[in-house]
Amino acid sequence: MSSTQPRPSLLEDDMRFPTIAAGCLIAMAAQAETPVLKVLTYDSFVSEWGPGPAVEQAFEARCGCDLQWDAPGDGAALLARLKLEGARSDADVVLGLDTSLTGAAAATGLFVPHGTTPKLDLPIAWDDPLFLPFDWGWFAFVYDKTRLPVAPDSLRALAQSDVKIVIQDPRSSTPGLGLLLWVKAAYGDQAAQIWADLADNIITVTPGWSEAYGLFLEGEADMVLSYTTSPAYHLIAEEDASKAAAAFDEGHYLQVEVAGKLANSDQPALADQFLDFMLGAEFQGVIPVTNWMYPAATAPEGLPKGYETLMQPKKSLLMSAQDAMMVRDGALAEWLTALAR
Amino acid sequence: MADRARPLGRAGRLGVGAGALVLAATLGPLAAVLAQAGAFSALGPADWAALRFTVLQALISACLSVALAVPLARALARRRFFGRGALITLLGAPFILPVIVAVLGLIAVFGRAGIVNMALAAVGLPGVSIYGMHGVILAHVFLNLPLATRLILQGWLAIPSERFRLAASLGMGPADVQRRLEWPMLRDVGPGVLMAIFLICLTSFAVALTLGGGPRATTLELAIYQAFRFDFDLGRAAALGVAQFALCALAAGVALGLSAPAGLGAGLDRVPMRWDSGGALLRVQDGMLLVLSALFLMAPLAMVIARGVPMIWDLPTPVWWAALRSVVLAVAVSVLTLGLALVLATAIVRLGPRTLGRGLETAGMLTLAASPLVMGTGLFLMLQPWVAPPRLALPVTGLVNALMSLPFVLRIILPALRDSERDFGRLADSLGLTGLARLRWLTLPRLRRPLGFAAGLTAALSIGDLGVIALFADTDAATLPMQVLRLMGAYRTDQAAGAAVVLMALALALFWICDQRGRAGAEL
Repeated sequence: MSSTQPRPSLLEDDMRFPTIAAGCLIAMAAQAETPVLKVLTYDSFVSEWGPGPAVEQAFEARCGCDLQWDAPGDGAALLARLKLEGARSDADVVLGLDTSLTGAAAATGLFVPHGTTPKLDLPIAWDDPLFLPFDWGWFAFVYDKTRLPVAPDSLRALAQSDVKIVIQDPRSSTPGLGLLLWVKAAYGDQAAQIWADLADNIITVTPGWSEAYGLFLEGEADMVLSYTTSPAYHLIAEEDASKAAAAFDEGHYLQVEVAGKLANSDQPALADQFLDFMLGAEFQGVIPVTNWMYPAATAPEGLPKGYETLMQPKKSLLMSAQDAMMVRDGALAEWLTALAR
Repeated sequence: MADRARPLGRAGRLGVGAGALVLAATLGPLAAVLAQAGAFSALGPADWAALRFTVLQALISACLSVALAVPLARALARRRFFGRGALITLLGAPFILPVIVAVLGLIAVFGRAGIVNMALAAVGLPGVSIYGMHGVILAHVFLNLPLATRLILQGWLAIPSERFRLAASLGMGPADVQRRLEWPMLRDVGPGVLMAIFLICLTSFAVALTLGGGPRATTLELAIYQAFRFDFDLGRAAALGVAQFALCALAAGVALGLSAPAGLGAGLDRVPMRWDSGGALLRVQDGMLLVLSALFLMAPLAMVIARGVPMIWDLPTPVWWAALRSVVLAVAVSVLTLGLALVLATAIVRLGPRTLGRGLETAGMLTLAASPLVMGTGLFLMLQPWVAPPRLALPVTGLVNALMSLPFVLRIILPALRDSERDFGRLADSLGLTGLARLRWLTLPRLRRPLGFAAGLTAALSIGDLGVIALFADTDAATLPMQVLRLMGAYRTDQAAGAAVVLMALALALFWICDQRGRAGAEL
């Protein structure tokens, strides 16, 4: 946090106006010799309570470079942003896509192989040549036990209840897309019907996870689409045990969040170094207590205390990257049609 | 017209050039989107739902705004009370109020944690949600009720006071005055106001972006944004853009054809005295109406100010950078718009009723029907091969803002320029005053007032705009409204309110400074 550069993110900054000029001058002087690594990621990753600040500090301490984040929105919007900028993008690394998007991301031809076979602790085998995972988790609906004493025990039960939920847009947000595939994986041809039944439960659809979770915390909804690990944040950071993730009979959809190196990077060596650092202890160690997800390579000391209280799904659902890409457009059309009514 | 027989002349050529530029910048992007898309994607059920929603919410918003504005304008027209002038001035403010500030205020009043829901909870009633269609309509009524009231009030004040005098001498009561004077006026003024607001709501983006609840409450502009930004589906963005353009062109055409003569005759511009103000009941009714309306319009802004002012000194640095960027952008947009409008207007007046002159006037008004997001997308596609996308965010936003304000600015300065040329044109011609000298010694001094007003309006509209910038702003090029939106998204509501207060203050200050500079020379 000691960088004098004007921060790329609004959220992590707390400097005051008079320091701008000074910061600007120093940054301009420093820029001449320091190589810059640009990482395109999602907004909550670089928020001041997210992993961004700690990761930046740790990586800059060893790389002799300036790590700059660009966080235009939630995960799925990253892909559209990449398509828009194409080979012109000045980003070196994209961090925050997930397996629902890697198929489409690979098809852009903008990524190059990482060329490594790191040791991972994932619930699935990993053999993607382009993308490396950095964390994972199960999607779940999170609720407040004091406000909703009995939570629904399945997607179908939720759809038939009058519990009010906030979800994310599958076109811009990875949790939103995850729910789309979750319903599809669990219900196949009946997915459209589930969405039709869910439509009257949905108070609003937000563009990203941050907005939805914020609405839930403000009391606008009974449940929010998030992760089984979200209650750990309230438990560990706020000592508040009132939040819980509802266990659903259909099983829970898995998310594996990944990063990849762009072919057009002007700092390929730095990008490799960053991907390597990403699976090291410093990066992975902050993931459970800042991004509130399971680390892709668990640190030797294990998970922080409090994680053992989290709900463990009985069944995991996950489509392959290829299947996810094939299913997406049809599932999205079903979703749009059901919710536009 | 002495110079009708003359060839185009320098002013004419310049004007034709500016007109061609405007045409190219308005229609070119549409063509670029079409070309890039290759072919239209067929509109899916969700797109039709967006089209339906766009029309429906605009219709309801316009009808509600006008229906509420009529009694409010009547109360303002027939009552004299302390603070009436201030209230009417205040009614002009929401037009230049940044939409995002209004949204923030409405959430503070009608949101789940707002005063209305707290009051409902206190008496044991279920809460209301501000997200979805009713939220969008609420915001549109909030933003347009003042405009409707001002326009209809002008209609009321345009009824010559002699008619009221005559009505009183004929012994007419409030009901008769309503039937004989007020209804005919409303029949003339009403439809135009209705269509104007309908048109404004058709192109609504920021409200739907913040308060629309997913696919059920998506306007066409928002759908274009999503197709571009979420799916990068240019075919769909193009198809939606054409649908939006057709809809707006239709509505604008109807709106322009709707201004009918009032038929109430001329008067001597005496201040109307009203003898039909009726008994105590009517007085109480008007009073309640005025108090409730003032409360509805002022409570959200008061909430933002109360919440935001203490936060101003704790705002994060990027907010101040964004503020600086927004001010520079607004000033640049004002200069560009005024320059374009002056060149166009001079040519229009010079060319007179010739086809070319009319064509130029139409070109200047064309953007009334254009969608800012289609323009932004298209300009992006046209320029993208030469310039890196993030660098385009601010210039494209500025250009689109300038083109969108052009019709308003033309409407403000054209009549004044016509007067100036009619009264002093021949004198200037005989003195051989042409080109920049004529601009300096004749046009600018005569047009000082409308130019100041137009510059203020453009700057205020531009600084508060949240449209095109949302398409490609990254963290380094965000404007102040964009930063407010981001702070809201991150649930930094207090900081968002602080930034919103800064935004509101800047918009008002820019408007006031330009308007005052215009008035300062008015004693000439």
